[in-house]
Amino acid sequence: MSSARAQTPIGPADLERFRAVQALAYRCAEEVARSLTPGVTERQASAHLGRLLRENGADDWFHVPFAWFGDRTTLRGMRNPLKFFPSSRPLEEGMPYILDVAPIVGGFTADIGYAGCDGENAIFDRMIADLEEYRGLVLDGVRARKKLSQIYEDVDALAARHGYEPAHHTYPGKVLAHQVWHIEGPGPRTVVAGFGNRTLRRLGRSLMVGLSEGWSPLWNGGHRSDHAPVPGMWAIEPHLGFHGVGVKFEELLVVTDDDAYWLDDDLPHVRRWARAERVVARDGV
Amino acid sequence: MLATERRVRSGDVELAIREAGDPDRPTVVLVHGYPDTSAMWVPVFERLEPRYHVVSYDVRGAGASSTPRGPNAYSLEHLVGDLGAVIDAVSPSKPVHLVGHDWGSIQGWEAVTTSRLSGRIASFTSISGPSLDHAGRWLRRKLRAGRIGQLLRQMAGSWYIAAFDIPGAGRVVARLAPRRGLDPRTVRNGVGMYRQSMRSRLLNPRDGHTDLPVQVVIPTRDPFVSPALLDGIEHISPNLWRRRVRAGHWVQRSHPDLVARWIAELVDHVEGAPPARSLQRARVGAKRKPLEGNLVVITGAGSGIGRATALAFAERGAEVVIADINAAAAERTADLARLLGTNAFAFEVDVSDQQSMERFAKAVETEHGVPDIIVNNAGIGVAGPFLDHDFDDWRRVLDVNLWGVIHGSKLFAQQMVDRGERGHIVNVASAAAFFPSRTLPAYSTSKAAVLMLSECLRAELSNKGIGVSAICPGLINTSITRTSSFVGLPREEQEKQRRAAIRIYQLRNFTPDRVATEIVRAVRENIAVVPVAPEAKALRFLSRLSPRVMRLLARVDSTPR
Repeated sequence: MSSARAQTPIGPADLERFRAVQALAYRCAEEVARSLTPGVTERQASAHLGRLLRENGADDWFHVPFAWFGDRTTLRGMRNPLKFFPSSRPLEEGMPYILDVAPIVGGFTADIGYAGCDGENAIFDRMIADLEEYRGLVLDGVRARKKLSQIYEDVDALAARHGYEPAHHTYPGKVLAHQVWHIEGPGPRTVVAGFGNRTLRRLGRSLMVGLSEGWSPLWNGGHRSDHAPVPGMWAIEPHLGFHGVGVKFEELLVVTDDDAYWLDDDLPHVRRWARAERVVARDGV
Repeated sequence: MLATERRVRSGDVELAIREAGDPDRPTVVLVHGYPDTSAMWVPVFERLEPRYHVVSYDVRGAGASSTPRGPNAYSLEHLVGDLGAVIDAVSPSKPVHLVGHDWGSIQGWEAVTTSRLSGRIASFTSISGPSLDHAGRWLRRKLRAGRIGQLLRQMAGSWYIAAFDIPGAGRVVARLAPRRGLDPRTVRNGVGMYRQSMRSRLLNPRDGHTDLPVQVVIPTRDPFVSPALLDGIEHISPNLWRRRVRAGHWVQRSHPDLVARWIAELVDHVEGAPPARSLQRARVGAKRKPLEGNLVVITGAGSGIGRATALAFAERGAEVVIADINAAAAERTADLARLLGTNAFAFEVDVSDQQSMERFAKAVETEHGVPDIIVNNAGIGVAGPFLDHDFDDWRRVLDVNLWGVIHGSKLFAQQMVDRGERGHIVNVASAAAFFPSRTLPAYSTSKAAVLMLSECLRAELSNKGIGVSAICPGLINTSITRTSSFVGLPREEQEKQRRAAIRIYQLRNFTPDRVATEIVRAVRENIAVVPVAPEAKALRFLSRLSPRVMRLLARVDSTPR
């Protein structure tokens, strides 16, 4: 399926720029995560994220930085999108949190999700460990060129098997993933309802093109996702909830005409799984 | 080991002691009430003897003990002195575990709330005999609060106490005694206990207090001691366990297994063992989760409503036994339950298979004890017209949905009844149980049977303290849509219908944890039938309001497309 009009071909130099923005986003998220102590509110954390990203070159937003603490990480009861915006809830000991940031640098977009926890939380540890399976499931599905709606159902089935709620069902459009772009050209860099103005225009154009070509830049379980993977940069964001704890990862998947790969494997959640595997290998758990 | 008998001197009386068991084991001293003798303890004595050093004795003036002389010979001071003499004789070096019934319990309270025997008693189990000081203050409080109803109820049960104060009462009851098979001397002498302690203590209660471990056994059908008399007992005895049993005054005769087990649980715990589940439940005033100390068995708990129910109980502190035909799914639920901070045990079980269920029930009982709650949840779905159901479709549905519930109910209800404590059985039926439909003939039939079975069982078990609830969830978004079969259709058509059904249920999006919450509520409030989702409530209402409308609705072909 051709998508030439929706996505200009991505060259190696472009990939490098995408990788750099994604790494920046993760670096900032990690730094803010380190600074989180009980008492810090969601608003303070997201403001901190925004400041840090701007200082390091972010010049526009795919969406503004989000921070969720405690059971808000599960997105339960957040059908109203206004509830996604950071609240005055303070972090407490043992609370899980999620930082979700999507900066644009020179037109190159990243969208990442960083899940953490203040102190010990057995549920959080187990969920983070289980999240690894979803990363493999999505990549395998795309490589096998399964329909996106089918992969979506596979993710749901895995969540059901694990006993988790697929929290990404609560996202606008119930998306498991969405396309991101290299946004060229001018345009006011204002923010509308949390999303960058240029991003919304770009999304609108993709939706229109997709409509005529039979695909959608928003990947969910509906019939508009009944199509094989479309080449481009996709931000994959499986999000799970269980008993007041939510975890997610979000990172860019590069989809080509006949293959797919993660843009970068040197990310906090991947490193965390590798560490855990080393521990298991050493201790023989 | 045969019981040995000996006599111990206490002041001017000789007490007849019965003793058995290894003296190196913890010593349990059983004190009888009025108008009994130590023979009242025989059934409990026999049950404790293999594991403990057990002692019982006839109190002064009763049975084979001698009769004291002089004024105030039956005062509490003398009775406690006798107890001290017995303890010194049978366990000179170690404190004993005291068990008292009726007057024996009144003496026990006196012994643990005064300093006389301090260091000689390790724990106290009180059956049907209040602390007189506490009872005295209770009477004052009720008088001051104008709670005349409660006062009159207790006094109606205690009329004989006043009657015993009438001169000559001892002779009268002694003359009546033989007719009831009682020993006239014991009956007559015992009146002295009432005369010499009851009135003075009730009118002038002291400020007694004890920090010893105390277990209060409350027979709720006791005509002589009303349970209300024990209100507030934790203020004088904060280290407290409270047990209720639906029984009359002589509970150690009517329920010897239960009383012996309860005594043993406290003794073992005080001697250092972790508390048994039922002892945990009986604990008064401890900070704990609402269902801590309960063991819950859930079938079909590898997914959906079963898994959510297991987690809901686990979250509230109960230990859970997870049964599922899929071992990996059961293990996963157990993992999740453990994450919520409780013990969980996974079993691979086919509920439709009698032998599998018998093995399972046996294993649960021996490895983890009798469950307090059983949730028969496992079920499958089959949809399609009646004429397209072949006989095997029927067998499959009835085997799992109905026979699974029959197996689970019978096997675990039997365990609960044998144990003699409270319990609860939850059967997961369906809104289809009262909603006829041309689309689900076999499924609806199986669920209607489960609903009726639950109602019958509820009637039968109501006087055994075992509740039965039927749950009728409605359209719940679970994997039953993925595993249901749609009969009478080619394979690809079945798959299409399944996907359509999944989408309908997802759009409806009524989550299984909401059903689980209702199941917990049904158990705690002992509700007979619980329709859960709004459509289940509406259909139940309609089925009563207008069966004719239901019949019209039943004709609608509700196959998902």
